[in-house]
Amino acid sequence: MSEKVLMRGTHVVAEAAVRAGCRFYAGYPITPQNELPEYMSDAMARLEDGTFIQAESELAAINMVIGASIAGARAMTSSSSPGISLKQEGFSFLAAQELPAVIVNIMRGSPGLGNIAPSQGDYFQATRGGGHGDYRSIVLAPASGQEMADLTRKAFDYADRYRIPVMILADGMMGQMMEPVLLPESIDPRKLPPKPWILNGAKGRPSRVIKSLLLDPSVEEAHNWKLVRKHEMIGREISDAETDLMDDARIAVIAYGTAARIAKGAIKRVRETGLKVGLLRPVTLWPFPEKVFRGLDESVENFLVFEMSTGQMLEDVKLSLAGRGEVHFYGRPGGPIPTPDEVAKVISRLYHRQKL
Amino acid sequence: MLKKTVFAGFGGQGVLMMGYVLAFSAMRDGLQVTYLPSYGAEVRGGTANCTVVVSDEEIASPVSSSPDFAVVLNRPSMMKYQGVMTSGGIMILNSSLVDVDPSRKDLDVVKVPANDIAAELGSDRTLNMIMLGAFVAKTGISSVDSVMNGLGEIVKGKNARIMELNRKGLERGAAYALREQKVSR
Repeated sequence: MSEKVLMRGTHVVAEAAVRAGCRFYAGYPITPQNELPEYMSDAMARLEDGTFIQAESELAAINMVIGASIAGARAMTSSSSPGISLKQEGFSFLAAQELPAVIVNIMRGSPGLGNIAPSQGDYFQATRGGGHGDYRSIVLAPASGQEMADLTRKAFDYADRYRIPVMILADGMMGQMMEPVLLPESIDPRKLPPKPWILNGAKGRPSRVIKSLLLDPSVEEAHNWKLVRKHEMIGREISDAETDLMDDARIAVIAYGTAARIAKGAIKRVRETGLKVGLLRPVTLWPFPEKVFRGLDESVENFLVFEMSTGQMLEDVKLSLAGRGEVHFYGRPGGPIPTPDEVAKVISRLYHRQKL
Repeated sequence: MLKKTVFAGFGGQGVLMMGYVLAFSAMRDGLQVTYLPSYGAEVRGGTANCTVVVSDEEIASPVSSSPDFAVVLNRPSMMKYQGVMTSGGIMILNSSLVDVDPSRKDLDVVKVPANDIAAELGSDRTLNMIMLGAFVAKTGISSVDSVMNGLGEIVKGKNARIMELNRKGLERGAAYALREQKVSR
């Protein structure tokens, strides 16, 4: 058995990507994710068939990823909030052309240039598409070093299986934190299932076309509905959430990523004082794990959404609960890292105010 | 067991390395760990810090509201962390650079003249290992042997002379902390 390693989140994602058979990385530097391209530049150079490009811009990087994906490679780019904004056009093109790609967003304090501290302000952008048009991307939210590795593997698998862009949505803390990680075994990309749609020269076969320009509105409409059917299938097949201490809970705290880790610490504290509080942590932000919400026991009538934003996932929680129970919110936008103590106080106050 | 430790000092004093060595060694001892460094613009020329959580069960939050232990290499860090430490917490203080005592009276403070000891050893760069040695000896959260093994794995390939210096640093720090403890009893 291989041994656990102690690596920062950005390095874990990079190594897990290489082990998932990623052989093409293009990116443009931005804090707090620079260690990811740094690691990739070395890792790709050590591979016979690896390509690392520090592009001249974010726009160039995402378009290089489009090209690599069209040619059949497992391809990846990474950035942080402002840089991700610059790549949105490319995400729309990936989605339109049904191209697999993995995009890592190590979110930072925003809007605008903001700062380099951890934040969760890009939830809307990630789960609502970000780029133009009727499309969706799979969005995965790791909450530990181990998940940084495991979800990176899944991201490449989902991207290929559904021919869709997949975003790993983490933040500065997930990117910088180190935890012991058991890295997944390496895949040889040559042994991955063949992709019968790629552009690799039409010798001896009819030529293929990959494009997003569909001038005939009825053709574009049909394409949109085709994507919707795919999205519905993804929703049925991969939505995922972790529940913790929910069996007797009177309040369910809903949080993802870094906020979920802080919430776990807070719940531990309030449990010590006898309060019955549990955690529901979405792992897939899109598709949102609605089923888990609908499956909650009727006795849970209070929901506390905790985000490092002004309240974005909050809307999906409300949609999933469809009017059931009372939904409360606590948010810390802009970069400060809330402490478990602070969140524990918020939970306690709510618990007593609701006379639970 | 769940212990949260803050390591803090000037950028360049080896603060992040100190925390990393502890986290790595504790991982090798089979414990759960998280290591959370400060990062970004404030690191250069300013203060650097990292939080290491060591536990025998799953660690919920890598963020610490109130650390149990602090290893403090300069005065600004002492001022910053004394206020948030848990009551009865242990502070290992670099008394070569911090010439005032913490105002908190409910902390167990171990003063280690780490820069002076480092000068005796002939290398300022052993500063962090002296402090780490004092820290593990005082808290028992790890051992000098564990940390030495961990360090050996981390800096694989570094020359034997540097490893020997680090070993001496760890041992001198540990011995100093244990002697202080005896005197105070």
